[in-house]
Amino acid sequence: MDTEALLECVTSLSCLVTQTSTGLIVGSLLFLVATGLTLIFGVLGIVNFAHGSLYMLGAYIALSAFRLTDSFIIATAVGAVGVGLFSLFFERFFMRRVYGADVLMQLLVCYAFILILDDAVKIIWGSEFQSMGMPAYFQEPPVFLAGGVIPVFYIYLIGISATMAIGLWLLLNKTKIGKIVRAAAVNPSMTSALGLNTSLIFAGVFAFGGALAGLAGALAAPVRSMSPGMGFSILIESFIVTVIGGMGSVSGALVGALLIGLIRSFGSIGFPFFIEGVMFVAMAAILVLKPSGIMGKEGR
Amino acid sequence: MQKRSQAIASKQRRQIITGSATAVGLATIGMPSISFAQNKPIKIGMPTILSGRVAMLGEASRNAATMGVEAFNAAGGLNGRPVELIIRDSKGRPDEASRIARELVNSDGCEMILDAEASSGAFGVHEVARDLGVLVMHTCSETSSLSADPKMRIPNGFRAARQGIHDAIVGGDYSGKVAKEKGLKRWMSISPDYSYGKDTTEEFFEYLKYFNKDVEVINSVWPKLFQADYSEPITRLLQGKPQAIYSCLWGGDLTSFIDQASIYGLMKDRQFFGVNMADYSVLTAIKAVPPNVHSGNRYLKSIPKTPQNAAWCDAYMAKFKTMPLNWSWQNAVGIEFMLTAIKKTNGTDTKKMSEALRGMTIKSPFGTNGEITMRALDNTIIDYAIAWGDIKPQEPYMPNPYIGNWKTILELEKQWMIKKGFIS
Repeated sequence: MDTEALLECVTSLSCLVTQTSTGLIVGSLLFLVATGLTLIFGVLGIVNFAHGSLYMLGAYIALSAFRLTDSFIIATAVGAVGVGLFSLFFERFFMRRVYGADVLMQLLVCYAFILILDDAVKIIWGSEFQSMGMPAYFQEPPVFLAGGVIPVFYIYLIGISATMAIGLWLLLNKTKIGKIVRAAAVNPSMTSALGLNTSLIFAGVFAFGGALAGLAGALAAPVRSMSPGMGFSILIESFIVTVIGGMGSVSGALVGALLIGLIRSFGSIGFPFFIEGVMFVAMAAILVLKPSGIMGKEGR
Repeated sequence: MQKRSQAIASKQRRQIITGSATAVGLATIGMPSISFAQNKPIKIGMPTILSGRVAMLGEASRNAATMGVEAFNAAGGLNGRPVELIIRDSKGRPDEASRIARELVNSDGCEMILDAEASSGAFGVHEVARDLGVLVMHTCSETSSLSADPKMRIPNGFRAARQGIHDAIVGGDYSGKVAKEKGLKRWMSISPDYSYGKDTTEEFFEYLKYFNKDVEVINSVWPKLFQADYSEPITRLLQGKPQAIYSCLWGGDLTSFIDQASIYGLMKDRQFFGVNMADYSVLTAIKAVPPNVHSGNRYLKSIPKTPQNAAWCDAYMAKFKTMPLNWSWQNAVGIEFMLTAIKKTNGTDTKKMSEALRGMTIKSPFGTNGEITMRALDNTIIDYAIAWGDIKPQEPYMPNPYIGNWKTILELEKQWMIKKGFIS
């Protein structure tokens, strides 16, 4: 543990800016994936173990779209929408059948899809890792703020994630759709009795959650190499985020993701060999002190 | 007397008839089975990784081994007996690699193993070969101790793959020269946090300091294997302000790191020495190879710059519609050694083949001088082409390679082995 280096960093403005922005970058993508996961859990009450594969699918679809159009914006949109549509198919034909089933059955269905999607990616895009490359308009020198370094692309990425976070909050708290979704999450039977099609709500939420994972994959494509099975590591981190933030809480996912991002960022200076450990310690501490997570509600 | 001679003649006739009947019987029943045995394929088991993040290792290995076997069979096999590769996917799990290797021998009837597992699985397969007494040829593990450490060594275990120590010596020699030319004194490293990353980095710096005493290693960062985001190690490197960075990241990890480091401006005005850059998987994936990048060759069509290497690369490309990788040439060499030993011993006896392999030299497109030798001392290959050089964004990616001198490599390797206690 290098406390001296950590202290030196937090007292240096340039280091503070660089590491904080790094924490935001790591947290931004994590938030998009984790928020989809937590939204699906919050409304449908199921843990989508195949969520990491949706992130992978988003990255690959965006890659193909980028190669066709040479536009990163279109590629990102196609990645998100494509995965949203796939998620809809996945929910309608498979997940819907195991809503009331044992968690092991849900795990089995998801695991089957993880394997199927990994192999499908291998068949369609090949087993070699691939890279989209940085779009021309982001190939700019990094921005220097108070001596700290922030890449232009990452400013864009943080901006998108922040917009999504605000948009989601508004959608869930200030619109009729949001009210319906929250009602279906709290009491689906009552919502159904009021004449609302809960099955359709569930399908929509699952597709939207999947689209968020696809969006994260598409946004990561210029800087993260793609290979079959790439969704696994982000799935683990997303679980940590949802546990810390509170299962089912979108604002909790934001807090959890930023916390993990900052732990990773400053941890690389203060305790470089124990970053993963600190993440799990944080999760364990939350589970002990507030089992429902920072923003989670007791009982469901 | 006449009766006696008639009786003898009658007995001889019966013997002839019996003998003929036996011969006819054998011809109709026995001979096909002899013929069947003669044409029965020689099975070579091949555990490798065909799924998950490292599937390209298995595919590149399988492609090259298949090419070698097909050429052998097309040339008539072993007196008409073809060779058959039985390939199994270990999914990159070491325990699965060991289980598969055992199953290939015990259940599938494989007579030898072409082990195309990464180091994590190769040590387990090595122990299976030790246990079952079958010949094993490792083709993907570069961890030096697999063959250098006498405690690990087995008479029936061989390695047809580059060794970390060989790369480190040539890399240290080349980088030391560049460091002198450019005045690079402050060095940092970023390598994956597992045995290959740690050992290779340590060996590289050992020889860099051996060839250039002015070098100072400020710090090292160790991202985990398959890490997706390198933001925090990159900012750590930025804080250290090194003049040069060494890395043994590989594959998709290296690509991600280069892409992310570029947008942070880390590569600007710094020299980057990445031992695993010069492989087509990385060079074709990185859309903009930054300047000031140096690498060891993994596999390049132009190293060694010979018609044989270019022809092999073209044939591979034509057959598989993809460029060969480092694992490809290693497996091509590995299977070639095995098939040559089969031919030479006229069979598949482990002991005879092992004896034939020790010290064997084969003609190879990947040899520094057109040949590669299986060194008898430690059952590992030497004389393969090792080069370092600065990298350009298109073919030939390494236009001015610094070719490693095997005399120097062997001298320094010997000292390293003595220091490690592997030889006295």
